[in-house]
Amino acid sequence: MLDRTQPPSFLSVTQLELIKPAAVTLSNGLNVFVFDAGDQDMVRVEWVFDHLFHHEDEMLLNTGTCELIPEGTHSLTSAQIAELVDFHGAFLIPEPGYDQSTLTLFSLNKHLDELLPLVKDLLTDAIFPDKELATYVRNNKQKLQVSLQKNSFVARRLFNRSLFGSVRYGFVPEVSDYDGLTRDRLTTLFRRQYTPSNCTLIVSGKVTPQVIDSLERLFGSGWQVSEKPVPETPMPERTPPNGVLKVEVRDGALQSAVRMGCVSIRRSHPDFPGLQVLNTVFGGYFGSRLMTNIREDKGYTYGISSGIVSLKYSAFFTLASEVGVDVTAATLGEIEREMDTLRQEPMSSEELAVVKNYMMGSLLGSLENVFSHADKFKNVYFSGLGLDYYDRYTSVINSITPDEIQQLAKRYLNYDQMVKVVVGKMD
Amino acid sequence: MVKFERFTLDNGLRVLIHEDPATPMAVVNVLYDVGARDEHPDRTGFAHLFEHLMFGGSVNIPSYDSPSQAVGAQNNAFTSNDITNYYISLPAVNLETAFWLESDRMLGLAFSEKSLDVQRNVVCEEFKQRYLNQPYGDVWLRLRPLAYHVHPYQWATIGKELSHIENARMEDVKAFFEKHYGPENAILVVAGQVTTDTVKQLAEKWFGPIQPRGKYTRQLPAEPEQQEARRETVYANVPLSSLYVAFHGPGRCDQGYYAMDLISDLLSRGTSSRLYRGLVKERQLFSEINAYHTGSIDGSLFVVEGKPLPGTTMEEAEQAIWEELHRLAGEQVSVYELDKVKNRIESTLVFSEMALLEKAMNLAYFELLGDAENLNRELARFSNVSTQDIQQQAIRLFRKEISSTLIYLSDAHA
Repeated sequence: MLDRTQPPSFLSVTQLELIKPAAVTLSNGLNVFVFDAGDQDMVRVEWVFDHLFHHEDEMLLNTGTCELIPEGTHSLTSAQIAELVDFHGAFLIPEPGYDQSTLTLFSLNKHLDELLPLVKDLLTDAIFPDKELATYVRNNKQKLQVSLQKNSFVARRLFNRSLFGSVRYGFVPEVSDYDGLTRDRLTTLFRRQYTPSNCTLIVSGKVTPQVIDSLERLFGSGWQVSEKPVPETPMPERTPPNGVLKVEVRDGALQSAVRMGCVSIRRSHPDFPGLQVLNTVFGGYFGSRLMTNIREDKGYTYGISSGIVSLKYSAFFTLASEVGVDVTAATLGEIEREMDTLRQEPMSSEELAVVKNYMMGSLLGSLENVFSHADKFKNVYFSGLGLDYYDRYTSVINSITPDEIQQLAKRYLNYDQMVKVVVGKMD
Repeated sequence: MVKFERFTLDNGLRVLIHEDPATPMAVVNVLYDVGARDEHPDRTGFAHLFEHLMFGGSVNIPSYDSPSQAVGAQNNAFTSNDITNYYISLPAVNLETAFWLESDRMLGLAFSEKSLDVQRNVVCEEFKQRYLNQPYGDVWLRLRPLAYHVHPYQWATIGKELSHIENARMEDVKAFFEKHYGPENAILVVAGQVTTDTVKQLAEKWFGPIQPRGKYTRQLPAEPEQQEARRETVYANVPLSSLYVAFHGPGRCDQGYYAMDLISDLLSRGTSSRLYRGLVKERQLFSEINAYHTGSIDGSLFVVEGKPLPGTTMEEAEQAIWEELHRLAGEQVSVYELDKVKNRIESTLVFSEMALLEKAMNLAYFELLGDAENLNRELARFSNVSTQDIQQQAIRLFRKEISSTLIYLSDAHA
């Protein structure tokens, strides 16, 4: 007779095999990292450009430049570019981030000969036509007005601004800021930043020698810029803000958006892997302390989660939720209690064992295909680290003790030092 | 091409296996043939609430999530108007844990009052977060009852109103489980680094002993053909006015489905699509515009939605959309333009074959529709659509008398 009360035996995953990229340097010095694997005849090419800030208010300018690159060159109109990409079943996606902007192309191998020259044209000859710029500004102003009615969006903005002030990561655009996007400013930033010496290429999928040849021809020998790049101005040092509670009242709100967090450590810090484990325990998975208490025991919310964002010049810890207005104050109280518990009591080794297995399992599961391997590489490469980071990371997951988790909580989870933002209602 | 094996257990459970030795992971996907369309009109939102309760412990296992997390698994589920789908993804070496967990909650639930209390609250918060506390969040709460007067597609999966969820009782939960969650109403797909032999053995071991509880036979009222254009105007606290035009279209297995799907691509997939190019970029009437369909089994709703720019009147906006729709009905699309949207279908299908979970879910869904093998015929079915088919489908689809128009007028501009 089958005993269904007894779980089957299981194994813990303790390590994982990451695909190491082949590094290729094109004749103009451009670095290419190649992940060649997979059965499908598909390739993803990512052109990654560092943001070279000259002024701290250039975040929106970076976003606009990246998103407007496919809107016209001297030889192709916005409509022609869109037509070429769509006809070949490809995806060409501008992805502006905090520290880098990326142009990503997904394409079947058989269409690359048409699409790579198109990207070359865009990256060397984007002209930001006035008409397309005007459309972009008009439509983004409209979208921003809608977003500003979403409590969670407003809470994130208030949080970022509280944490970083008007310095780059804290810059959040107002509707009127879009008027500052002029063709001149876009073109200047484009020339300064979209150059081979400021570019890293990540190529993954079925990367045949022909693909590499095409990249060399178009983005190596075919991409020469004589001007020396003007280096960026580093982000000024800033004293992290003290803990503060900001409430923005929204009449008629059914839920409050809650966001809180603090400046934290970057990926290169020795405590970072351990802090990831602590974060998972606290709010990083479905079985976390926050979810177990605030959703699964109290039913205050549909979801609550926390995470750590590592940036070039800073890092922050953040948690977010949307909770019923009548339980907003109670939720803050429970969050404080959960932080204090982690600071005051070592967690059980049983709970920690679950978290370790969960983290290793999800790490393994996150390596779904060759693109995910490239993503793992990008995480560390743009933090100035190598793939051996993951050896340290997995070794910390496997070996960390309840006592070490408690020490990390004392160091990094201090409710009084958190910036707390509530958009909605709180009695 | 997604290869698979399949067999049926004596209790009626259908099992499909897809071997993918390239991944160290395994996925176990269980699709139950029940959705919001199977709910009582006075107890809507129940299928989805029930999905939450499926994580509240089963007859022999007090918690679903803890043992799942302990073996490195990730799990989730979703409910649609047609189906409820559960999945768990885990290191393949721990495959048996997934069988243990999934079979126990098919065998019986814990039916805990605490779990019902808490999940009622959680789902009410989900209702508020997604549908009530967002600009335009209640679109589907308005559009569905406008377009459907008889068929249960008239309510959204979250339910008609909060009170239906608040009033859910344990006896309803038990009856729902008996009626819909037996092995003959489910499809099990196991995919990843697994072998057919192992899966057969594990399926017999864990699911084989579950007694059949009777196949649920669906008898839903058909929506009568709509005879008159319908419209509703809402004055709402939204920053921009917004427009939705919905049409009754073919269901997922009906003739004409593929042409309708390609029509939505022609209209709004990618930045070269007709609505975006014509109405956002060239005529500059909208800040955003989209066309899509629900792809539902008992007939789809095809929806065009857009936000007119402040200088555009609602009449101009509506007229501009109708001009684009009539153009598809009036003149044949070129072979080039049709090839363009077919090419995008091809690359999307290739892309989806790189995702294990997506393959498993697709196999389960196509098996429900009639035959999982049809998943591998999708590309051919799209390829076979001709320019004439597109025109014929557009003529059938874009008729005033089967349309429902929903307009949000912004208080800010009223």
